[in-house]
Amino acid sequence: MLTFTIRRLVLAVPTLLFISLVIFLLLQLAPGDPMAQVPLTVPPEVKQQMREALGLGQPIHIQYFKWIIQFFWIEPLNGIDALFGTGLAEGKLRVISWQTRSPVIDIVIQRLPQTLWVVGVAYVVGILIALPIGIISAYRQYSIFDQAGTFITMIGFSVPPFFSGVLVIVIFSVQLGWFPSIYDTMHVVDDWASFKVQIWQMFLPVMVLALQITSQISRFMRASMLDNLSHDYVRTARAKGLSEASVVLVHVLRNSMIPVVTVIALGVPSIFGGAIITEQVFKVNGIGQLLITAIQANDLPMVQTLTFIFAILIVLFNLIADMLYGLLDPRIRYD
Amino acid sequence: MTELSDPLDINRPPSNRWMEVWRQFRAHKGAMAGAVVFGFIILGVFLGPFAYPHDAQYLPSGRDFITLRDTRPIYVALWDPSAKVNWHYVLGTDNLGRDNLARFLSGGRVSISVGLTAMILSIVLGTFVGLIAGFFRLCDGPLMRLTDLFLALPILPLILVASVLFRESLALSLGPEMGTFLLIVGLIGLTSWMQTARIVRGDVLALKEREFILAARSIGTTPRNLILNHILPNVMSPILVSATLGIATAIITESALSFLGFGFPPDFPTWGKLLNDAVDRMTLYPERVIWPGTLISLTVLSVNYLGDGLRDALDPRSRSR
Repeated sequence: MLTFTIRRLVLAVPTLLFISLVIFLLLQLAPGDPMAQVPLTVPPEVKQQMREALGLGQPIHIQYFKWIIQFFWIEPLNGIDALFGTGLAEGKLRVISWQTRSPVIDIVIQRLPQTLWVVGVAYVVGILIALPIGIISAYRQYSIFDQAGTFITMIGFSVPPFFSGVLVIVIFSVQLGWFPSIYDTMHVVDDWASFKVQIWQMFLPVMVLALQITSQISRFMRASMLDNLSHDYVRTARAKGLSEASVVLVHVLRNSMIPVVTVIALGVPSIFGGAIITEQVFKVNGIGQLLITAIQANDLPMVQTLTFIFAILIVLFNLIADMLYGLLDPRIRYD
Repeated sequence: MTELSDPLDINRPPSNRWMEVWRQFRAHKGAMAGAVVFGFIILGVFLGPFAYPHDAQYLPSGRDFITLRDTRPIYVALWDPSAKVNWHYVLGTDNLGRDNLARFLSGGRVSISVGLTAMILSIVLGTFVGLIAGFFRLCDGPLMRLTDLFLALPILPLILVASVLFRESLALSLGPEMGTFLLIVGLIGLTSWMQTARIVRGDVLALKEREFILAARSIGTTPRNLILNHILPNVMSPILVSATLGIATAIITESALSFLGFGFPPDFPTWGKLLNDAVDRMTLYPERVIWPGTLISLTVLSVNYLGDGLRDALDPRSRSR
């Protein structure tokens, strides 16, 4: 298991390098010029100097190399500095946003809690709803509950978040006035009343995201349970007189959870992607919204960093899913 | 093995595999409903503009602009007698006096065209990669690593970035509409072929070990003919299923792009764009949000049911029910 983990970690490095190269080249080959906004009255030699000040004069491979160094060496050093008060990264050039002229990572860290709150809670809620639905649908296959569950998951698949989000805003915050339509990130939770306000304002975005997650995971849960329910060990368990509850909820459930857990782990990065849209609908200023505004403002360092963070999340959770699979299922051996 | 599935029923007329699939498909109520709804939407969207008199881009001017703008759908008059309705504009008009129904139809034409074209691109790519990787052992490793790498890319952020970066240059060389269309289709197609490639590769690997391939090989069939005449027809069913599901994903991705403001130019309606434009005034004119949204959802829902039924019909293992 350990060798497998190490091998996968080593394999993750070229993957990440490839992705960073794709992102970097995409932004480099793009026919946009960061100097396009500079007035025409600025003489060409000054423009050239400005270009070089932005690091654009050098050949592409050196730019790429410098960006990699900045991202993988200087930024972690800065993180260590911030945590322990050391001075390892003093005087080193950090990845600077062209919009705000401050380090990109600082802005990302400011925005991350909002995204994590909404996405994380939505993920947990979605899973908690999905598992019972999947279990019951599989246990009572083709019952009314199963049919209804299948229909609802189909709707969850088909209604895109930018429509379901707008729809719940129209119904619950405009017509009924139950929930606020805009997520207030300045809201500070310090007592029970403000916590209740926080729950209230999180409700709609969390539910919209949770609908998507529920529909995906409950289908997997159902399929996996159905797969296991027809196995011989279930008949054996029933034959030796175990109660139905312990057959289904202990024997079958534990075995069916193996693929579902990996699906849950694999789904985490895509949820961050889906959160881009939900954040836009509910005006949550998380990292998804940061990405959108950065793209619109042509802030290349920010876009590069954020896209790469998404890529790291995907690679990381792929790794976690693989390892969980090995941990949960003793039949799987990675030798 | 499908012919032997019920040996008792010998009176059934002999039918080929696709008749059998059609029989199975018809038995799946959801799939039939999905097919009917999707067919209806496609017909309406592509033929509707010929039958419907109003032009999606027509802007009334002068006094007409005041009288014709912001009319509500005629059904609103049922519960709100004071609503501004006009019998010539069944679903009302937008804030510039353009006919909503005509806009929904032409928006749907774009959305569905994008979905279909992107699906074809991704299926062709995925099938090609899968066939090559499965058939030629030398290519298997590199191509599958490439697939894994593509699967690790953050798709939505990359599509967003690329659509902004390359929009202007493509719009200059190909015109704003064609350029954006090709850009979005290309981006969606290039980022969604991986699942198909994996499925096709797996099936090809299994097929390669079968006797009929060995027989074909032994009579000297060239690899090209082997792939085209013997392997490809046998992997058609998973390709068909992922094609239908691919339409749904492509439509959703295109609408999401348009919704975020990264899609087609402003005066070029697509369902996602219409939805996005209407969000600001959704309290006054909820129909402008609900119609495009419902159309997207209905299309995707019907396509998903279609794919579900197709999978059941094409996969002999799930036929027992």
